[in-house]
Amino acid sequence: MTLFKVLAFSLVILLSYTLFANILPQVQSDPPPEEEPIAPEGMDVAGLVAWGETLFSGKGTCTLCHNDLGRAPDILALDLGTVFGERLADPRYTGKAKGLEGAEAVRAYVEESMVEPSAYVVAGFGKKGTGDKVSPMPAVNAAPILLSDTEMDALTAFLQSRAGVDVTVPLPVAAEEAIAEAEEEEEGPAETAQAALEKFACSACHDLEGSEAEVGPKLGGLGARIGRDGVREAILDPNATVAEGFEPDMMPGDLGAQMRVSELELIVDYLMALPASGAQE
Amino acid sequence: MIGRRHSVFWAFVLAVLVGLVPEFASAAEPEALLQPTRADYPAIAGVSSRTVVWGLAQMHLFLAAFVLAVPLFVLCIELAGVLTREARYDDMAHEFMKISMAAYSFTALAGGGLTIALFLFYPNLMDFMMRVFRGQTLIYAALFGLESICLYVYYYSWDALRYGDRKWFHMSIGVVLNMVGLGLLFIANAWTAFMMSPAGVDPSGAITGTVWEATRNPLWNPLNLHRFLANIAYGGAIVGAYAAYRFLSVRTAAERAHYDWMGYTSNIIAVCGFLPLPFAGYWLMAEIYSYSQQMGITAMGGVLAWLFIIQAVLIGTILLAANYYLWCGLGRTERGAHYAPYVKYIAVVLVGGFLVWVTPHSIILTPQEVQMLGGTTHKFLGPLGIMPAKNIAVNLMLVFTFLSFQMFYRSSRTPTVSWAKAGNAVIVALYIAGCLNIVAAGIYGYLTPTVYKVGASVPQVATTLSIIVFAAAIDGFMLRGARKTDVHWGRMSARSQYALFVLPVAFTWLMALMGYIRSSLRTHWHVYTVMKDASPEAYIPTIGEAGNTITLITLMFMALIVFIFWLSQLGATKQQAPVAGSAAGEAAP
Repeated sequence: MTLFKVLAFSLVILLSYTLFANILPQVQSDPPPEEEPIAPEGMDVAGLVAWGETLFSGKGTCTLCHNDLGRAPDILALDLGTVFGERLADPRYTGKAKGLEGAEAVRAYVEESMVEPSAYVVAGFGKKGTGDKVSPMPAVNAAPILLSDTEMDALTAFLQSRAGVDVTVPLPVAAEEAIAEAEEEEEGPAETAQAALEKFACSACHDLEGSEAEVGPKLGGLGARIGRDGVREAILDPNATVAEGFEPDMMPGDLGAQMRVSELELIVDYLMALPASGAQE
Repeated sequence: MIGRRHSVFWAFVLAVLVGLVPEFASAAEPEALLQPTRADYPAIAGVSSRTVVWGLAQMHLFLAAFVLAVPLFVLCIELAGVLTREARYDDMAHEFMKISMAAYSFTALAGGGLTIALFLFYPNLMDFMMRVFRGQTLIYAALFGLESICLYVYYYSWDALRYGDRKWFHMSIGVVLNMVGLGLLFIANAWTAFMMSPAGVDPSGAITGTVWEATRNPLWNPLNLHRFLANIAYGGAIVGAYAAYRFLSVRTAAERAHYDWMGYTSNIIAVCGFLPLPFAGYWLMAEIYSYSQQMGITAMGGVLAWLFIIQAVLIGTILLAANYYLWCGLGRTERGAHYAPYVKYIAVVLVGGFLVWVTPHSIILTPQEVQMLGGTTHKFLGPLGIMPAKNIAVNLMLVFTFLSFQMFYRSSRTPTVSWAKAGNAVIVALYIAGCLNIVAAGIYGYLTPTVYKVGASVPQVATTLSIIVFAAAIDGFMLRGARKTDVHWGRMSARSQYALFVLPVAFTWLMALMGYIRSSLRTHWHVYTVMKDASPEAYIPTIGEAGNTITLITLMFMALIVFIFWLSQLGATKQQAPVAGSAAGEAAP
């Protein structure tokens, strides 16, 4: 009888705990859904900003700490236009945005904060005992948050928009385009002058390698006329000297950024050796 | 011959340990972890893998906590017997061991079942864990063997090594037993803590560090301390239930007195383990926040926040039951009546503290409710829902629980020292100043950012511990040579014993709840930020679902404990020899 009473008593206690657990609000926390690939078509700046806002309170889990509870600066309540200026003016700030201004400064500051949160810690928000040298914030491109580069761009766009500056992050590109760009980037440097001319499509405008194109001036004897430095300048800064009878801005101005040094020198060598018209035959 | 056998055994243990040293010193080849996919989790006959592993792990933990804790306080009681030269201590210590012996094999069974289930249902996780901890698993197995040997030798040599120098030898075996037990606890904790705060691996899961680096991960020591204290409190609560049941079952006054004293001692053990437990909990939570603020917020401010309200209910129940038992104990002494009027004030503080602790901060509300409340939190009760208020509440509850114990202790002693009046005044001043400081530090907690709130509880904790230590020390000096009056062991109501049943039931449920919270902090990761849980059950279940599972596991454990108690009694039962002429095996009247 004693055993029965003791067991019944214990059972009542157990059931009361169980009942209490069942009358509380029931919330099941599911793992994050498999990521849907972002369709870049049609995503303009406004779309990117809106996506960034979603990430801010969603996958980025920023609002876990950046809220009004004092764990981290309440980004949504702050006047970011003013705050960014104050942060960059702080003598303790020596990060990547130092010396930049406007939208680019905000972009550099935000990007740095996301991947290197301890690069600069706002006073009072560092890990206890570190003198605001170490941030409690995790890098958002690492687990468990694991934002992609595009998602970080979207967050940066959202914060640039909140700060009232232009959105300067690149818009997401279509997957095929991105792959093509990546493949191009992976392509090795041209190893012959002909390959370099083909890679940068020189003969599409100039009469080279028998193309007979007339969009740009004929280049035969160019080296003898303007010398090696002149040839180099004509490629890197085509508007510096424009040949008579041709308009400026016809030739791409960013070839210097696209070319390897070795490719530039191959083309310069080729043009220096190119005989004047008539002699080429 | 025996010495030679021992030498061979120790040589074997040494060889195993030395052979495994390179395992600790060298890092494995770094190799990125292949994340598991849904197909890597075998579906076996529709069985819920997680529930099976959950049940077995929790059962193993309950039993292991019990069998590791009992030898710890048994050794202390044995030492008390030697120092006081009172045989009753030794008898009680022996009886505690007898209860835990049967639990030992069940612990091993549950551990074996858990291992099989883990390898069966989570092969990728176990493969990774084995690669991280390598030879340490063999050390664990070797320690388990050593623990068995020490336990059996310690228990069965009790009467053979009872007096004189032999007693010290026996206690030395107890020391080795406890050292090995703690080793087992710390190794198992390393594995658990590693899954929450991995170390010695890079973000890709490549093993870059040694076993030791993986072992001393950020949450290892906080978990060690928390579980060590919790085990003692839990072990005390379980043997207290045994004593209470025996108290209610036995017939003679002498037996009732024995089991009353045993229940009282068990309650003290449980309370002593329990009093510092919230502080160990603070440390663990502070380290969790420090390791990952996200993880900390998931626990305290996210989906798991409600569970801490249930935790408050459970701890409130435990404190109220433990105090109720102590108040009933005042009836055992003649001077108990002198302290009885103070009980109602202690009760007010405990109930008030309990109500503050269970007050939620923000709850899920309908739009109409938000309108009626005038916001998402209640105008007056809202501030009671955050940490500073709860810190005040729990610290005051602990201080007043100690006061209950102190009152009973003093109720059978009248100080005879000349400075007794001044001593009493100092103790009263200590309590008043301490309580004011706890409240003031709590109010300061309202004014500081959340990230410092946990840290703001440190002075409160220090105050609570200071009150306990200094009040005990002053009492110790003041009651030296005190005039003692009899404690009438056995003069307790049957109702008071039910408080001793509340403790193990609430403790068991609480331990399972905390296990669920700790495990859920990893969210959808097997090993946080390193190895994802891609199984179909990678979600955090609702509180109701978790509560039902916890109750089921607790019921199974209670059934097992009743069986273990029955076994320990069966071992002490002797059938009387049949009287000539009666049927064989029939007991004589």
